[in-house]
Amino acid sequence: MPSATLLGQALISGVLAGGMYGLLAMGLSLSWGLLRLVNLSHFALAFLAAYIVYELGTTWHVAPWWSAALVVPAMFGIGAAQHWLFDRFRVNELASLLITFSVAVILEAGIQLYWTADFRRYETPYSTLSIKAGPFFIPVLELALCLVAGTLAWGTWLWLRRTFVGKALRASAEDADIAAAYGVNHKQLAYLLSGIGAAYAGIAGTFIALIATLAPAEIWTWLGVVFAVVIIGRLGNPLGALLAGMLIGASQSVAMAIFSPAWAPVVSFSILIVVLLWDPEWL
Amino acid sequence: MIEQIGAWRRRRVLTGMAAGTAVLAAPALLRAAPSGKPVKVGGTLSLTGFLAQTAGIHRIAAEIMVEEINSRNGFLGRPVEYVLLDDQSKPEMARSLYEKLITVDKVDLIQGPYATAPILAAMGVAQRYGKVMIQSSMGIPKLQTYDRAFPATPFGPEPDKTYPNVILDAMASIPTPPKTIVVLTSKFPSAQFMAKGMQKEAEARGVKVMLYLEYESGNHDFGAIAARVKEANPDFLWVGSLGLESNLLLEALRKLDYAPKNHFHLYPAPGPLALSPDGDRALCSTFLEPDEPFMSRPGMKRYAAEFKERATKANLPYTTIDAQACGMISEWQMLEAAVNGAVSLDDAKIATWLKTHKVDTVLGHLRFDGPYNHGDASQMIKQVQHKEWKVVWPKEFAAPGVKLIAS
Repeated sequence: MPSATLLGQALISGVLAGGMYGLLAMGLSLSWGLLRLVNLSHFALAFLAAYIVYELGTTWHVAPWWSAALVVPAMFGIGAAQHWLFDRFRVNELASLLITFSVAVILEAGIQLYWTADFRRYETPYSTLSIKAGPFFIPVLELALCLVAGTLAWGTWLWLRRTFVGKALRASAEDADIAAAYGVNHKQLAYLLSGIGAAYAGIAGTFIALIATLAPAEIWTWLGVVFAVVIIGRLGNPLGALLAGMLIGASQSVAMAIFSPAWAPVVSFSILIVVLLWDPEWL
Repeated sequence: MIEQIGAWRRRRVLTGMAAGTAVLAAPALLRAAPSGKPVKVGGTLSLTGFLAQTAGIHRIAAEIMVEEINSRNGFLGRPVEYVLLDDQSKPEMARSLYEKLITVDKVDLIQGPYATAPILAAMGVAQRYGKVMIQSSMGIPKLQTYDRAFPATPFGPEPDKTYPNVILDAMASIPTPPKTIVVLTSKFPSAQFMAKGMQKEAEARGVKVMLYLEYESGNHDFGAIAARVKEANPDFLWVGSLGLESNLLLEALRKLDYAPKNHFHLYPAPGPLALSPDGDRALCSTFLEPDEPFMSRPGMKRYAAEFKERATKANLPYTTIDAQACGMISEWQMLEAAVNGAVSLDDAKIATWLKTHKVDTVLGHLRFDGPYNHGDASQMIKQVQHKEWKVVWPKEFAAPGVKLIAS
């Protein structure tokens, strides 16, 4: 039986790892839930952002936060431009899945062309910094990621529920025609939302550059688990996405501590099946 | 008189120049450039997909070898043309592409792809058409059951038994030999295969296996695994890792303020682990490093310089030649030796020649008359010392002044 320290440490690691799932899931959840577009290129955009942060950091010695200040608005622009194409060609939910998959494959090829297929690692002084809290260690970068993800999730959730723009977006997702009858310009709002989703990919990418390994094929690494997170957290719900991410991260990590680490992926998809079958009202 | 001496001197100078030119030109004249219809050698590499990191290395090594072979006599006087396709790191794609290479592109010979799964897929096709297939990266030799498939790397027929003992011998030589071990491995088949062997051999030698853990290949979250390793606190940590998994694990351990005492990594990305702040004294498997005695092997210095130049041009982050690149060089050295030895492009004759002869390669003298066409095992151990990989075991392969450093 694992010790309490091991379980506690595993729980901390899992919740913090879940922050990354949640952050990646947020943009996807907004796009899927409120625009009815399943944007698989979200993962590729996050990795493109990660590679740019890596390049700026290693070649030009730009601090990651300054890189983020450049990358995130750029991603917003890419997201809005992408939506222009979706709108121009009247892409529906199913078609979006195929088209954005193709976009992701093209981006992957582009990344490989420029940065090669080799593994890249952005070593920074804070890569291995931890805070000691009793017998536990809390990694600083992962903690920062969770704080950023938490702030974004709360901010976006409040924005969607308390502001006119947010309510208009939700109304359009429910019934675009009725919302339009009340003066909601869905098209304009969709550009904004698509840009925000891509900007979140930019933020996730900044942390990916600092925490993870970069290789073009890694784009697909989190696809399965993030999809599970989006569905468990409910479409269009950023707070739900973050909490679901943390739930899955913590469950996987505790499973790794108690059983074999190879069981971790089984845990996330088992939770997904249970939630879909159970479908609790409070969720 | 003066004129005669002058004329005599002129004649001597002209004769000398002519003789010099003839001497310089002689090798080129004697070995006529290959001509005629090219000999097509087909193969796939994982140019894209999750194994693509290695393809850049293999492609450069293959290009160096094809140019070198063509600068000699090609294959039987004909130029060699390498028909390379991208199997996208997918075995099913490798299978289809080898089918295409043989039936549509009509290649004369084939070279194997990279990694166990694509090799197995391609081997089925090679067997159907009776083609000789030389490969350099099949980590599970017992799966190479096709009698015309040959290894270009000296894994030996049972690396799961021989190599763990090389590692345990090395560990037994340090002042405080490990009494406990944690075996942690990716579920990638060739890594898992070696991990099982390590567990078994360690137990057989009385080293207590405190933990045997498997994780999904490509895992990114090593927090909980690191916590388990830290709690076990073994004398020796053996990691069946691929790519950057070792870097991620060592970072996760450092975040817990823990550094493993002695640690071995099976197939890590060599550059990033050597350069990592956590990589110092890490141990790893190898067949060769660009150091003595290996650099004295024929052609090795030239290959190393050529590889560095081309890898830099290709923007590869790690430009030092290593066992991966030399595996591909060895493949081509074998094929060239077999074609010249058999004096034929016929697969049956080439296979027969390989089974009955030894081949001198950059990876040593290889023979193919053992089980699964394997010869002697020659896996070694290298260690990160001052951000560079150095062969440290067996001792006779360590460069002068280099020795295994224990924690």
